[in-house]
Amino acid sequence: MSRFTKLLFALAFVAGAAQAQTLVNVGRPATAREIAAWDIDVRPDFKGLPKGSGTVSAGMAVWEGKCASCHGTFGESNEVFTPIIGGTTAEDIKTGRVAALANNRQPQRTTMMKVATVSTLWDYVNRAMPWTAPKSLSTDEVYSVVAYILNMAEVVPDDFTLSDKNIAEVQKRMPNRNGMTNAHGMWDVKGKPDVKSVACMKDCPPTDLRSTLPDVSRNAHGNVAEQNRGFGAVRGVDTTKPAATAPLAGRGVAAAAPVARPAAAPAAAPAKNNALALAQQNACLGCHGLKDKVVGPGFAQIAAKYKGDAKAGAALAAKIKAGGSGVWGPVPMPPQAQLKDADLQALAGWILNGAK
Amino acid sequence: MRDNSKSGRIVKAPENFVAPELAHEITKEGLSAERRGFLRRSFMAAGAALAAGAAGRAAAQAAGEGDPAILTLPQHSRTLGQPVAANPYGVPSKYETNLLRRESPGLTRVSQASVAFTPLQGLFGIITPSGLHFERHHQGWHDIDPAQHRLMINGLVKNPKVYTMDDLMRLPSVSRMHFIECGANTAMEWGNVAVPTVQYSHGMLSCSEFTGVPLSVLLEDCGYDKKNGKFILAEGADGSSMTRTIDISRALDDVIVAWGMNGEMLRPENGYPLRLVVPGVQGVSWVKWLRRIEVGDQPWATKDEAIHYIDGMPDGTYRQYTSIQECKSVITTPSGGQQLLDKGFYNITGLAWSGRGKVKRVDVSVDGGRNWRTARLEGPVLGKCLTRFNIDWVWDGAPCVLQSRAIDETGYVQPKINELRAVRGTRSIYHNNAIQSWKVAESGEVSNVQVY
Repeated sequence: MSRFTKLLFALAFVAGAAQAQTLVNVGRPATAREIAAWDIDVRPDFKGLPKGSGTVSAGMAVWEGKCASCHGTFGESNEVFTPIIGGTTAEDIKTGRVAALANNRQPQRTTMMKVATVSTLWDYVNRAMPWTAPKSLSTDEVYSVVAYILNMAEVVPDDFTLSDKNIAEVQKRMPNRNGMTNAHGMWDVKGKPDVKSVACMKDCPPTDLRSTLPDVSRNAHGNVAEQNRGFGAVRGVDTTKPAATAPLAGRGVAAAAPVARPAAAPAAAPAKNNALALAQQNACLGCHGLKDKVVGPGFAQIAAKYKGDAKAGAALAAKIKAGGSGVWGPVPMPPQAQLKDADLQALAGWILNGAK
Repeated sequence: MRDNSKSGRIVKAPENFVAPELAHEITKEGLSAERRGFLRRSFMAAGAALAAGAAGRAAAQAAGEGDPAILTLPQHSRTLGQPVAANPYGVPSKYETNLLRRESPGLTRVSQASVAFTPLQGLFGIITPSGLHFERHHQGWHDIDPAQHRLMINGLVKNPKVYTMDDLMRLPSVSRMHFIECGANTAMEWGNVAVPTVQYSHGMLSCSEFTGVPLSVLLEDCGYDKKNGKFILAEGADGSSMTRTIDISRALDDVIVAWGMNGEMLRPENGYPLRLVVPGVQGVSWVKWLRRIEVGDQPWATKDEAIHYIDGMPDGTYRQYTSIQECKSVITTPSGGQQLLDKGFYNITGLAWSGRGKVKRVDVSVDGGRNWRTARLEGPVLGKCLTRFNIDWVWDGAPCVLQSRAIDETGYVQPKINELRAVRGTRSIYHNNAIQSWKVAESGEVSNVQVY
């Protein structure tokens, strides 16, 4: 073998080894613009944070138009999602530990009580809000909304402008910045468990009955008989009736087998009509009850208000699409721009008919 | 009154109505006219005993000439049936429509950020039917066109890359069976008993065979930074763009970028066309509609690892990145909301699992934890996978409390609820892996209780 051939073999071998390391012609390089388009995450050290800024007052304007309907005017609402604001104090801002987490004086734990890093707020608002139109806010709008949230929690003053330049300073005022720990064994699969039980087998310590399902909750999940198979070793309990108290003996086999034929449960039954399905699909029922007010007015209330108004159909369809405020109270309704015209018409007609 | 020829329910013939001597004689000598008469009288006597009460008519009917389900030839034995592929994809029997995914009323306001629970009370074995796999979404689900779906890998990698589904599915795949459990499974039971059945107490649990390419293959392909790459961020393509930090050692171990579930493509509700499978780790890390993996040197503390899925401790601190689903088990039959039909023999059965490996043993108590017997584990027993257990039980009609307790291969013993609370307090929401108790009343009704 000539030295030249030896060299060829050696090269071929190297190339072969290299090929085994890479998946030839599977996937392709990502372009810089593609990475920029998707690489939106922002870390606690603010890696990934784009340049920009926003004021508290600009944030309030965005908030009232796009956030308040779910989160309340002051971020305190528990109607649709758990509250964002509440339970933090000036003292917490000094210590970096939210006292109410230890003394449990706040009835419900809010986002601002728990969140340790301001990057978390920025990242989530940017990637997932507003809820019905995620990723539609401009960078400066995100800064503004985060500034407004921080202002409502009294972390920054009314005239504050939040920017990529000062966000690290704001981090030093986060009320629960010292409240998180990673010192536990539940991240690593080989981590050490925190609770150690012993498998007693015989004559173990006596136990007491400490808690049972309250009677009022017996039928809270629908008729459980309809959520079990109608044959086999057991049946589902008919929870529309009070619990039986008589012992089984003497009641007979057939008497203990109440379910004759499976029936679809109400929770999973198909929507009665297309408009109701549309309302469910588009989360309208998060804010509107069929009859009564939730955040916005009940559909029957809207129908009553516009009864006999021939133009109400077109006006209501337009309003659902564009959003609005002021008619039913201070909390505005965000635009539902994702709806097609035909669906808008169907929804408006159905609502004006009393949402039946 | 029920018409049993139409109702579809089976009325049992009275059991054990033949005296042992007669049974032996018939077996040995065959049926003579005399023995036939004995047999008939015994049957009627047994039927009459059963017929007491409301069920009289049904049993009496059975006691006459025999069971109408046998004596009257049913339509399906006398008519032409459906052609093949009448249901080209297949749907369950119309008699099986009771077992569905269900929301827990009042748990969430908006169904796009909600959960629907798997009906564990009626499932067999360890595989969850794909259509009953639990759902939990943060901003609603979409049915994404696989031709338009992309996976990007960037961050601390030499070659940031984009893969199409065509690319990924060219690669050699692995198929592995794993459980997936939401970190909030059984959350509602941290304080007191709150829900009636195992569907709502434990139904954020499913188990499937997942098919895909190991994430390590793709990270190698992109030349991840072995020195500084300490974590990955997985990100979804839905509105919430769910993001989760995963330790790189975990990511390189048994994590799969999966497209297959139980032999078919993922269901849209479960991340079609691509999701991450992170065995042993809570479901939120199994990012659905996976669009991006970033390699980094620090954790990200994103919303669902800084506000939710953190464990509130009694001193007011929160444990962050608590991810491993520790060893747990639950009896699925008999379970809350079910009704025993009679005294006598039952098979107590349920599921056990551990995020740290294989289930080694399951013990069952029928006296509220005073005495325990070791159950049979049905194969296969796989790591980070559901394991089915069975144990015989004869119910004597007295009230009792059923419990199961799993032990995994690390020796960890599933704790009692008071043992968990002693360490984690009562303000926790996530990672409740306590022993579950079901009370059997004299009436045969089974209900959810807590004992300790």
